[in-house]
Amino acid sequence: MTSRLIQVRGLTVGWPGQAPLLERIDFDVDSSEIFAILGGSGCGKSTLMRLLIGLETPVEGSVTIAGIGSPEVDAGPPAFGVTFQQGALFGSMTLAENVALPLERWTDLPPDAIDAIVRAKLRLVGLQDAETRLPSELSGGMRKRAAIARAMALEPHLLFLDEPSSGLDPITSAELDALIVTLQRALGLTVVIVTHELGSILSIVDRCVMLDRATRGIIARGPPRELVSSEIPEVHAFFTRTPRGG
Amino acid sequence: MSQTTTAEQLVVARRDNDAPNFSIRREEDRVRASGELTMRQAATVWRQVRAASAHPSAGGALDLDLSNVTFIDGAIAALLVAIRSELSDRGNRCRIVGATGRVARLIDLYGGFRPPVARVEAHHSSAVGRVGIATLGAIQGLSRWVAFVGSIAAGIGGAVVRPVTANISAVVPLVERGGADGVLIVLLLNFLVGFVMGYQSAHQLQLYGANIFVADVVGISVTRELAPLMTAIIMSGRSGASYAAELGTMKVSEEIDALRTLGFDPARYLVLPRVIALALVAAPLTLCGMVVGVFGGAIVGVMSLGVGMRGYLAELQTAVFFADVFAGLTKSVAFAIAIGLIGCQQGLATMGGAAGVGRRTTSTVVICLFTIVIIDTLFTLLFRSIGL
Repeated sequence: MTSRLIQVRGLTVGWPGQAPLLERIDFDVDSSEIFAILGGSGCGKSTLMRLLIGLETPVEGSVTIAGIGSPEVDAGPPAFGVTFQQGALFGSMTLAENVALPLERWTDLPPDAIDAIVRAKLRLVGLQDAETRLPSELSGGMRKRAAIARAMALEPHLLFLDEPSSGLDPITSAELDALIVTLQRALGLTVVIVTHELGSILSIVDRCVMLDRATRGIIARGPPRELVSSEIPEVHAFFTRTPRGG
Repeated sequence: MSQTTTAEQLVVARRDNDAPNFSIRREEDRVRASGELTMRQAATVWRQVRAASAHPSAGGALDLDLSNVTFIDGAIAALLVAIRSELSDRGNRCRIVGATGRVARLIDLYGGFRPPVARVEAHHSSAVGRVGIATLGAIQGLSRWVAFVGSIAAGIGGAVVRPVTANISAVVPLVERGGADGVLIVLLLNFLVGFVMGYQSAHQLQLYGANIFVADVVGISVTRELAPLMTAIIMSGRSGASYAAELGTMKVSEEIDALRTLGFDPARYLVLPRVIALALVAAPLTLCGMVVGVFGGAIVGVMSLGVGMRGYLAELQTAVFFADVFAGLTKSVAFAIAIGLIGCQQGLATMGGAAGVGRRTTSTVVICLFTIVIIDTLFTLLFRSIGL
């Protein structure tokens, strides 16, 4: 049995005095699925994710997560984990300190228990030998895995990942995809991914919506494997990597 | 736990003050856990399981029995696996048993069914090793400085041969940033320093009835030392730190590398205009500082020592010569060149993201202040030896 975890209704995204980036966006995300927000560069994917996690305010419309209203950041323990495009690890802290930070802030765990959880999380993402390293000493793929470990520190049921495999080589990208699927299956997570990486989309995503810059809306939705054979030109071009006008 | 995630369940990190819906019991050679174990009760679970497993049976065997556990999350799985490793490290034989379904999957995910991994402690260098590493670091730092100065010299040579490559057009906005934008703070601080200098000397001068000599004390100290020093200190904080932060950010965001790949020499394109701009503004700023510093002393002379403004200026003319002003201005240009070079060198040596930029900005100010004092000392000795 599945249930709707996120409901997005009539969402208009933009900034005052400018034409909206996206208009009247509607979609649902079910519990325990990997859901993707797709689209070309500049179509508003990342902005839509920032809005879902409460970092931006919609011009119109609403986001409802688990039956409560729009999420608020800075308002208590986080209700979900988030990773950003560049990892957004704190450069002055080691990986272990990065992962420990939310545990120290939001739990009563003693330091040795926090240490145990941090080591387990880093081992989970394959960074057990990098506990004391600074983010600047890591590769892009390692930084992204460390960001996932930090996002998972508080055991969220819901995870938002912004471009988790962009800029990575195909093998590292595939490893990261496998990690996301493993975590999602083992923990029953709901994962919302913003991406335009075709390999990831086709291999791990259950359902998706595809945003379009020209129409400022959703032009397709459903399982990615169904969208591959879509007759909508923009969708077809996206999945077949056809250049515009090609 | 039901399939439907509620808002309450979503925030798992909230501290749970409700009665626990789990139990931890010691039964001979096993610790039996029951119920739902989640992160909300992680601190309690950690304490209770460790207490219950503190004294294994005579054979050193202890099982963590999860057959009655209906739900766990990743944090609990991580903690149980950590406790098992802890017991193994102490020479006990410990297993996690009885887990089924999701509980078993999570324990497996966190390595609970694999042999315990012994913790590798971080390697710490010996005292001798640390001294060696520090010495190597100092030598490398010195060699980087030599290379940097060499690249600047080469940059100047290149700029003379091909002025178009020197980015001279950047000098004007940099002069505005380093000079015009800093005039007010330079004026204010130098005025206050002259004022304080006058007050500090007023009492001593009054003792000997030498009130008029406040003009000598303030005039000479401000022109030869205080105005150049105060102006240089302000330039270190404003321009030196700003150069380090700006170039440091460019370095960590690979803009410097991009410049290189486009055929630009960073020393010539970025450093030279900044050093030239600071050298250009140093003398005018210091001169302004001298004027207001002397004026600050005059205020004290007139208001506190009964020296008339006309008398103060007349005495000033007999005490302060062009050589004093020249000495002060010469030092100020040397300070400015050093500040520009240090700020740019520290910026270009930045590594390690935002934290690296912060470290280099701080070290820029510290190195600048240290260098200013060294240069001041050298100039004092030099001027003394040539009778200036």
